[in-house]
Amino acid sequence: MSIAAISQIRLPFLMGNNLNAWSDALAGLTLSWFPLGLVIIAAIPLVFIALYALTYGVYGERKISAFMQDRLGPMEVGKWGILQTLADILKLLQKEDIVPTSADKFLFVVGPGILFVGSFLAFAVLPFSPAFIGANLNVGLFYAIGIVALEVVGILAAGWGSNNKWSLYGAVRSVAQIVSYEIPAAIALLCGAMMAGTLDMQQINVLQSGPYGFAHFYLFQSPIAWLPFLIYFIASLAETNRAPFDIPEAESELVAGYFTEYSGMKFAVIFLAEYGSMFMVSAIISIVFLGGWNSPLPNLGSVALYDWTSGPVWGAFWIISKGFFFIFVQMWLRWTLPRLRVDQLMYLCWKVLTPFAFISFVLTAIWEIYVP
Amino acid sequence: MNNATFVTIFYIFAAITVFSAAFVVFSKNVIYSAFALLFTFFGAAALYVFLSADFIAVTQIVVYVGGILVLLLFGVMFTNSIMQADLKTDVLHVVPGTLLLVATVGGLLFTFYTTGTWKPSEVQLQGSVVERIGIETMSRYVLPFEMASILLLAALIGAAFLARYDNVHNNEH
Repeated sequence: MSIAAISQIRLPFLMGNNLNAWSDALAGLTLSWFPLGLVIIAAIPLVFIALYALTYGVYGERKISAFMQDRLGPMEVGKWGILQTLADILKLLQKEDIVPTSADKFLFVVGPGILFVGSFLAFAVLPFSPAFIGANLNVGLFYAIGIVALEVVGILAAGWGSNNKWSLYGAVRSVAQIVSYEIPAAIALLCGAMMAGTLDMQQINVLQSGPYGFAHFYLFQSPIAWLPFLIYFIASLAETNRAPFDIPEAESELVAGYFTEYSGMKFAVIFLAEYGSMFMVSAIISIVFLGGWNSPLPNLGSVALYDWTSGPVWGAFWIISKGFFFIFVQMWLRWTLPRLRVDQLMYLCWKVLTPFAFISFVLTAIWEIYVP
Repeated sequence: MNNATFVTIFYIFAAITVFSAAFVVFSKNVIYSAFALLFTFFGAAALYVFLSADFIAVTQIVVYVGGILVLLLFGVMFTNSIMQADLKTDVLHVVPGTLLLVATVGGLLFTFYTTGTWKPSEVQLQGSVVERIGIETMSRYVLPFEMASILLLAALIGAAFLARYDNVHNNEH
């Protein structure tokens, strides 16, 4: 039996190779009246965020930053410090849940929740595999851009509720930054949407699949696509408050920005939200420009690499590894580039990224109309 | 999704919208009102989704939560005496206010009950609406669209002019 034949076998659970087969099957699953399947669909991205944030997010970032700085990183707990994350969680769980006396109790508690919900809601429209997507909206991409707005309110609630000057400064900076960088980010993604002619996330992926693998990705489909790709990547760093745009939580100036006063599990929730939105923007950039769940390997004659590495499970593998690659780049940049000043940040957004985003928008439109 | 789940979720969102809207109005603390507005907008967006108007729902989130609510929050945070509850007008017209309320609610209910076209459409909306919205804005509604864009451009230029660093003014001092 050849390798190609093995990939043709489907387990009964996998239910064929149709688009959204898994999520449709789950959506129909009910326990008498209780829509169990819908709850499971919502739980899958949540479990994914938690697992990835614990392993790759916390442990990976520590190790990567250590190697970048020629250190060893966590080494004490377990071999190579593998159990360090578990130790961290135990510590966070044990910590006393402190709410500062002068803080606004309600907003202080509700802030991290809104923040996490804001970053988690976008996962509803991320196609994790050809067979799985939370909600196959026909305005998926627009939704993913727009729902970030909820995070902004969460940050403001946390910053204001802390009743601390540093927190409020951090929150205001963060909000100004996210609101400004939404514009070049949205226009850059619009270039990808224009090439696809749809806002449906699953459809954008389908349009980028083909036997030549990576050659079908939008990044390689037009000579201008690298420009919106780059613009969106830079803007997404700013939207997730990652370095070099981490002025909202600039340690040397503002202690920790809007989450200065948080400790214990609330602090963990804020970090989970940050890792969630890091994966979210990485997934969006790989869906729009790098084919999402499509395999990048081309068919080379009889060596049908593309056919062997396609399918629901492979799709999940590809999109997650593409997302992880971009998260790695984000971490890499964090330990390489110095932080921007506030005025430099605004200069970059309004005088560099936005005009270039418009230029790439017009050029993509011309390319799409006049070049078949 | 079966009907009971659908109805339950609808009522959850309706309750969120109504109660948070009531909180916006009745809260003594302006900043709580502003934050409660988030849930009102969010619930209204969810109600649009129940009307199969996904695009309007997302636009609602982008425009109201991402734009107006953030602006409002900044505005409220810059106001003095947010924490004091004594933000009350001196002038209270109870009788004209009540009359206006009764007239408005009565008018709305009258329209609601006399116009009998509140049934769900027989034809289910097929395919994506986004293309149709795009084609309609670029063909039949191109004049209102362009007028709105000119209005926004004028507002942008005005805002940039007001926020500009004033050299002449600064040199005088």
